[in-house]
Amino acid sequence: MIRAQNLTKMFGSLAAVRDISFHIKPAEIVAFLGPNGAGKTTTIKMLTTLLKPTSGVIALDGLDPASQPNEVRKRFGIVFQDPSLDDELTAQENLEIHGALYKVPRHTRAGRIEMLLKLFELWDRRKEPAKRFSGGMRRRLEIARSLLHTPRILFLDEPTLGLDPQTRNQLWTQVKKLNEEERVTVFLTTHYMEEAERVAQRVFIIDAGRLVAQGSPQELKQQTNSQSLEQAFLALTGSTIREEEADSTDSMRRMAKAWRRKP
Amino acid sequence: MNVIYILWLRQMKRYVRSKSRVIGALAQPLLYLLGMGFGLGPVFQRAGMGSYIQFIAPGLIAMTIQFTSVFSGIELIMDRQFGFLKETLVAPVPRILIIFGRILGGTTVAFLQGLIFFAFCLIAGFRFHDWAALPVAFLFMVLIGILFTAIGSAIGSVMNDFQGFQFLIGFLIMPIFFLSGAMFPLSNLPPVLTVLTRLDPLSYGVDGLRHALGGVTQFALGTDIAVLALAAALMLVLASYLFSKIQL
Repeated sequence: MIRAQNLTKMFGSLAAVRDISFHIKPAEIVAFLGPNGAGKTTTIKMLTTLLKPTSGVIALDGLDPASQPNEVRKRFGIVFQDPSLDDELTAQENLEIHGALYKVPRHTRAGRIEMLLKLFELWDRRKEPAKRFSGGMRRRLEIARSLLHTPRILFLDEPTLGLDPQTRNQLWTQVKKLNEEERVTVFLTTHYMEEAERVAQRVFIIDAGRLVAQGSPQELKQQTNSQSLEQAFLALTGSTIREEEADSTDSMRRMAKAWRRKP
Repeated sequence: MNVIYILWLRQMKRYVRSKSRVIGALAQPLLYLLGMGFGLGPVFQRAGMGSYIQFIAPGLIAMTIQFTSVFSGIELIMDRQFGFLKETLVAPVPRILIIFGRILGGTTVAFLQGLIFFAFCLIAGFRFHDWAALPVAFLFMVLIGILFTAIGSAIGSVMNDFQGFQFLIGFLIMPIFFLSGAMFPLSNLPPVLTVLTRLDPLSYGVDGLRHALGGVTQFALGTDIAVLALAAALMLVLASYLFSKIQL
């Protein structure tokens, strides 16, 4: 379903992603884990046509994003690391725009919007602007939106950043359900190891732009003689804190941290 | 077409819901109208130049449209920073449709702001000379809107944040406005200024509006339309090209 071969992305002299290769099977849930600045988001951006690789080959559902970007874009839905809603528009309007951009037929669009908003428990708030929503509601809305055009692949880039445990639990339950019932392939990144262990069938660990390990959570734990995936992750990537430039994601992380500290 | 329509509709909804934006965009030209129009009016009249309000109103309508449309174009930076741009860039539609939808939306917003300001001018005492010329005035308002929304979009496609914003206003937008003849007649200027005013596309917009609303013109009407339409078309091409090259 997703194939990357010798994928590299350079920003000037900085190699954000270095010569990585992987293959993800249809209906598989794969977690891409790595420290800050490891190259997770850059990889997702290349897979989703937002960035051109410096070198290497990508195939999504057998299609080349470089030569058939629009065909590729029809096949995936994405929840970005940073919010991507229009805050001035209502929940329903955000979905309507998405439906029009993805050419979801008019006769099914309204029904699907209703179904998804109900699924993510936002139907009663559909007429409210997104700016009035909490972080968890926005995330649910973004996931609902990403599914509107019934994609075959779902990219989730740190979708649970800043969410409370209840919302995270609900979100992953829905993702698992989608994967099992509609056979949606899921490519996710997260910093929460227990989440990756819970939902992912396979885990890729990326560090400094290189794939350093891959396998099921169980296999990675066995490889590193670790009790948990977090220990395995630290064994593979080290415990040194990575320096990177502050960006909007960092401010969201700070907010998330502040939120978690609340009694 | 559905893509263009939905992105146009998005900007209309944002415009209608943002009252502070509507009022804010009118504040500066209103200050010019009241301050300059009434303040300099007697001086202008004593110099035998007629009513300053009659002279300045078309220029300030152009200013309202210019500023509103540049800011509409530059909203691209906000969409980049607050994320909505990514939603449109991963959509399976040609980017040219996305940028056309945005420019159409920005132009419509600017045109509506221009109409509101036109009404203020009428209240302040401005009188247009011929009802039949109003469609020509509207044509100029739309062309100015397209030109400057495209300029704003081109800038928004290459600027990542608002850090260069003041520079842009000080060194591009304000000079374009002041060299357009909105505030002073374009005749009998020093040679350097004459050349600069002739190179400024807004000069032709202001002149066209002044011709349509006041019956006074510096250039020929055909010249005004041709230059403004050409400048708008070139900027549309540039904005589309730069937008197509955006990588996030």
